[in-house]
Amino acid sequence: MICVRGLRKRYAAQQALDGIDLDVPAGTVCGLLGPNGAGKTTAIRILATLLRPDEGRAEVAGLDVVRDAARLRFRIGLAGQHAAVDELLTGRRNLELFGRLYHLPRAAARSRADELLERFGLAEAGRRPVREYSGGMRRRLDLAASLIVSPPVLFMDEPTTGLDPRSRMQLWDLLRDLVKEGTTLLLTTQYLDEADQLADQIVVLREGVVAAAGSPADLKRQIGGDRVRVVFREAADVAAGLRLLPRPDEADLGATGREVSVPAPDGAQSLIRIAGALDAAGIPVEDLALRRPSLDEVYLHLTS
Amino acid sequence: MYETLRWTVLDSLTIAGRTYSRLKAQPAEIAGFLVFPVIMTVLFGYVFGSAITLPNGGDYRDYLMPGIFMQVMAMTATSSATTVGEDMARGIIDRFRSQPIARSAVLVGRSVADLSMHLLSLAAMVLAGIVLAGWRARGDAGATAAGFALLALFGFAMIWVGTYIGLWIKSGAQADAATFGWLFPMTFLANTFVPTEGLPAWLKPIADWNPMSAVVAAARDLFGNPTSVSSAWPLRHPVTASLLWSVAIVVVFLPLAVRRYRTMSR
Repeated sequence: MICVRGLRKRYAAQQALDGIDLDVPAGTVCGLLGPNGAGKTTAIRILATLLRPDEGRAEVAGLDVVRDAARLRFRIGLAGQHAAVDELLTGRRNLELFGRLYHLPRAAARSRADELLERFGLAEAGRRPVREYSGGMRRRLDLAASLIVSPPVLFMDEPTTGLDPRSRMQLWDLLRDLVKEGTTLLLTTQYLDEADQLADQIVVLREGVVAAAGSPADLKRQIGGDRVRVVFREAADVAAGLRLLPRPDEADLGATGREVSVPAPDGAQSLIRIAGALDAAGIPVEDLALRRPSLDEVYLHLTS
Repeated sequence: MYETLRWTVLDSLTIAGRTYSRLKAQPAEIAGFLVFPVIMTVLFGYVFGSAITLPNGGDYRDYLMPGIFMQVMAMTATSSATTVGEDMARGIIDRFRSQPIARSAVLVGRSVADLSMHLLSLAAMVLAGIVLAGWRARGDAGATAAGFALLALFGFAMIWVGTYIGLWIKSGAQADAATFGWLFPMTFLANTFVPTEGLPAWLKPIADWNPMSAVVAAARDLFGNPTSVSSAWPLRHPVTASLLWSVAIVVVFLPLAVRRYRTMSR
């Protein structure tokens, strides 16, 4: 649904994108991750026809983002970093306005506005000016505004930045529903749990190139497997305990002096064996846990 | 071709409708437009005006009002710059640009709506002039209409100056400052409030060739209000000069603004 080859974009002082490839199949979610300045927003802006690439090709919904920009604009929705809605107007008037700009007849624009307000839990608020809305309500209205023509492709630039946890989860649910209905979603985010929660595919950008790509599970596997963390009750037991653990030569010692982390090649089975061995040896343990690598670790590993 | 034109007109109307909806949502804004020129009328008409005598005679307040009308029209640039700058900051311009809207409609629709809004405040200003300063148009109806038409054209031109500035600045407040800062003093560096005759020799040509002077002189001529003479060409042919100035400003800034909108951050 989204196909990008060798995309390059240079601003005066900086190579924002230095040849990226991207493939997002229809009905899936792709999360663009990366530190500030990695080129995430530039990529979204090019795909949403706001920016022209210097080099490379990008097709969205089978249409070239440069040559077929005018037709493509009927098939994409864009929700930016800010809630791009008019503060002074009511939620309903905003949606009606954007609907009219998609060339819906007046009555159709109105009924579509009401439909979207209803769906996004803004039916009541629709009559109030947007400046009275909470952050979460604004983002929902912004999302609604990008969905007026039910575009098959939706671009979202940091959709939940600055939202409280409840509003974020609400927005995630709305996005999941959209994807279930067949929307293809490309989003940038600073939050790894957001990418972990939503994305089928994660693309990590660093300095304008793709540093890594794959499913969240793939990426976690790249950085290494599960580990078991043991906290001994007595620091004196560490040396004896370590001999009972698998791969003690790959152990990381924690700062407390009582804490050890080792690879767990067999996942939960490793944990059970370690528990049994420590118990049999009579070594008292304060905490024992299986840790899967988090996307945070993957991210820090890839971008530092 | 016909289809494109049709959508350009319809999209422009939709965008203009947005401006009107915004206005309805903030009636205080309208009051704000009016308070300032009314203050200027009282300040100049009665405070400074009491110490000003026109070299060629005539009532100072009759002389003053066309100047204030021009000032109201010139300051349209500030509000256009501010609202466009705000839309840039909020990402609304980005949203418009990602929508299948005729490329010039966003700016054209806005400029037309802004103009009609400012004509409303001009009308209120005329009323204030009649009531507060005893101003009258003393020429015939045709000339009076022509005078207002020239003022409107100048306002339209200044809207495009403001729009162009706003498209470069991603903040309403900064766009406001970037326009007001030079525009407001410039309305004084003209024959708006005092005849240019008394200005120092180095300043006089600047004031004489200020487009605003031509507009004010043309309005004074057409309204049959006292005017001041100057040997400078624009003030000897004020109607032609103000027409040329306004058209020149539109011809330069309208394409610049549309081009900036289309190719923004490419």
